[in-house]
Amino acid sequence: MSIQNNKLTKDQYEANFADIHPPYESITAAKVDANRCLFCYDAPCMKSCPTSIDVPKFIKQIATENIKGSAKTILSSNIMGAGCSKVCPVEKLCEGACVYNLLEEEPIPIAKLQRYSTEQAMKNNWKLFERKNSPSGVRGKVAIVGAGPAGLSCAHSLSKEGVDVTIYEKESKGGGLMTYGIAAYKVTPQFCEDEVNYILSIGGIEVNYNQELGKDISLAELKKNYDAVYLGIGVGVARQLEIPGEKLDGVADAISFIYDLRSKGYSSIPVGDKVAVIGMGMTAIDAATQAKRLGAKEVTMVYRRTEAEKPCTQHELDIAMLDGCEIIWLATPKKLKGSQGKVKQLVCSKMKLGEPDASGRRSPVDTGETFTLDVDMVIKAAGQVPFEKLVKKYKLDNKNGKLTIDKNCATNIKGVFAGGDAVNGGKEVVDAVQAGKDGALAILKYLNLSQA
Amino acid sequence: MTQKVRQDSFAFLRVLATWRLNKIFMADISSNFLGIKSPNPYWLASAPPTDKKYNVLRAFEAGWGGVVWKTLGSQVKNVSSRYSAVDFGGQRVMGFNNIELISDRPLDINLKEIAECVKLFPDRAMIVSLMADNDKKSWHDLIKKVEDTGAHGLELNFGCPHGMTERGMGAAVGQDPEIACMVVEWVMEAATLPVITKLTPNVHSVVPTGRSVVKAGTNALSLINTIQSVTGIDLDTLVPNPYVAGKSVFGGYCGPAVKPIALKFLTTIAQDELTKNVPISGIGGISTWKDAVEFMLLGASNVQVCTAAMKHGFRIVEDMCEGLNNWMDEKGFATLNDFIGKSVDTITHWEDLDINYHHIAKINQDKCIHCGLCYIACEDTSHQSINLEYGKPYNKYTIKEEECVGCNLCQLVCPVDDCIIMEEHRVAPEYVNWIDWQKRGLPLNDH
Repeated sequence: MSIQNNKLTKDQYEANFADIHPPYESITAAKVDANRCLFCYDAPCMKSCPTSIDVPKFIKQIATENIKGSAKTILSSNIMGAGCSKVCPVEKLCEGACVYNLLEEEPIPIAKLQRYSTEQAMKNNWKLFERKNSPSGVRGKVAIVGAGPAGLSCAHSLSKEGVDVTIYEKESKGGGLMTYGIAAYKVTPQFCEDEVNYILSIGGIEVNYNQELGKDISLAELKKNYDAVYLGIGVGVARQLEIPGEKLDGVADAISFIYDLRSKGYSSIPVGDKVAVIGMGMTAIDAATQAKRLGAKEVTMVYRRTEAEKPCTQHELDIAMLDGCEIIWLATPKKLKGSQGKVKQLVCSKMKLGEPDASGRRSPVDTGETFTLDVDMVIKAAGQVPFEKLVKKYKLDNKNGKLTIDKNCATNIKGVFAGGDAVNGGKEVVDAVQAGKDGALAILKYLNLSQA
Repeated sequence: MTQKVRQDSFAFLRVLATWRLNKIFMADISSNFLGIKSPNPYWLASAPPTDKKYNVLRAFEAGWGGVVWKTLGSQVKNVSSRYSAVDFGGQRVMGFNNIELISDRPLDINLKEIAECVKLFPDRAMIVSLMADNDKKSWHDLIKKVEDTGAHGLELNFGCPHGMTERGMGAAVGQDPEIACMVVEWVMEAATLPVITKLTPNVHSVVPTGRSVVKAGTNALSLINTIQSVTGIDLDTLVPNPYVAGKSVFGGYCGPAVKPIALKFLTTIAQDELTKNVPISGIGGISTWKDAVEFMLLGASNVQVCTAAMKHGFRIVEDMCEGLNNWMDEKGFATLNDFIGKSVDTITHWEDLDINYHHIAKINQDKCIHCGLCYIACEDTSHQSINLEYGKPYNKYTIKEEECVGCNLCQLVCPVDDCIIMEEHRVAPEYVNWIDWQKRGLPLNDH
């Protein structure tokens, strides 16, 4: 057993990381599905989209071959509509609400159709949005921290209204967790870069990369130099397990693991033969499946509750199971054993379900029994923790590091707004996009630039 | 070896299937039109599928009851392209049009092949469509030659709306009752076979020409021929279809889109005191056994099909026979004559309708999928009779009974079968029509 890189051939890597949701090959193919759409009124799919994309309209536009119109319908509501079409858990959002489900029929493949129109827009570099010109020339300048979905969405909305935006991003690329934290077979790093460039093509948005808040720039500076500040800083490191042995070699956190394999190339990423993944969220699935696709012989996912309480979608779980990942329900890591500084065994407690907790789900209770897995790598994916230190340093109101905002997306510091994972602790990309839109509206109002 | 076994077992299954079909189907779908017999009421209409032996033999092998051989007349020359279509909602060929002329093959080849087909399939109907030049001698000569082939009947093409009309033939004849009468009189002087006159729909009413040709002695009528049309324009070239070197012409429209128009024309012929006395061969957008039954219910003794076969091939006749047979069994009709014309009298005049009849839509909440299509149709374009109770993600829709005028729109747009039904709520028990209503001075304003 060993942790090694370069376990597979180039062809194997390519096959394993190929697009899991192949697009339509032609407009004819897209139209077959588009024509199935009933064009519902006050459509359940639209109501189930956090960004309220007018789904029936954009699908009808595919059916009439008005693809440019279709892309504009999507991107007007969700500027990351292209990426969301690949990463959204649509089975619990738009597609899950499609009325065809009530007929026990396959729902309309909304994501795939959305992907068709938005990819055409990106490929042809359609200029769908124009910046508003102000008679006086000045419409304010806003600093945004973080070029993730919330920051980009906020920036785009502001730029449309003629506001000059400067984004400060600590990484060398934009896109946030879309670029760094999602399985590569869903969105490729190249796609993420293209999407960021397409969003920025509206103009009026300057991005300063490798600029970290609290290190390279300070909140005070931003406040001084800009009319308003939007914090879309996301969440940071993986939650610690806080069990003995966590410092052993071979214990990785899922975010860094996925970050590395997306930024450095698949063959350079070491992976174990027997990998345990702790957690059952989307990130846990992305880590487990990709460990397997990098060449791990056995991947075991360990989750403290049952399948009924799993945070990932069934679709995601199916991907993991089809990839051959083992699942152990009702188990929680107790300690990690190693030799010569390397992790060798994961000892787990068997759990059972007790009373419902604050989330309404029945909470797991330790039965006292344990079992042991032989491992050479452990990937922690039990959630991420917010940037608590940073937030506290700037005396921003927060709950365990999660920023507190009012209904106008404002923090306790005047002129400083926030949204996305930094506020909600970590939700979907589409939620962050909506948060960015809300933030932009609030800032426009604050700057007295809003229409209303 | 395996191949052989498989073939044998298929052959066995086919025999078994045929035996079972014979056992199961009780109804007799054989047809007798003017004494011309065919095993089923489905003829292929005079058109490209019937212009040569190769196609006709394939049609007979597939099970078609008869064919009307593509129109014979003077030698013509065709152009390219010849067809165009209207697609709808992702389905191809909802409507179809053509600018093809009558048969462009030499007459003697057609005649020879007709004779060969009659010999090979003596149990099938062979009708020959004719369009001679506009003089008596041409018609007499053509009829003589065709009758020598052994064909069973003649159909006069008074309907072709393109190409031939400019030469004073086709629809140019059918649109003028006097000319049509004259030509039929010439034909009847020479013909010994039954004569069917095919009517053009490119008139405000088919009845004047229908009456005229019946008076002149035609043995039967067939309708409708194609309708003059422009199917669409290429939005890149800005030239309509079908495209011929940067130009287009009006083409003859047919296919599923024209069925309702054909049924209307058919009804007027089936209801007219004079024309209802001759058999009618129904034509116009027939694609399924259901379409055929509808034509027959409105007075057609048999039907002719073209576009559906051109879209799918001759194999469609299998279901057309089986579906008809099953329906007749379910309804207890032993022969076609048991139901031909049964709906003719149900189409009446508006002033004879019962004003006291009223029905109200009802939404079955168990079947509703909350698409809101009924709501938005009623709210935007009808009588605001559907209530929307907001829900996330699913709204609840209910009928405001006191507002509903019973127009059916909601039921028509609902995508779920039997989800919206129309419940009868008579205003009063007795029948009152519009004339009586006025006479009795009953209130007019419902609002």
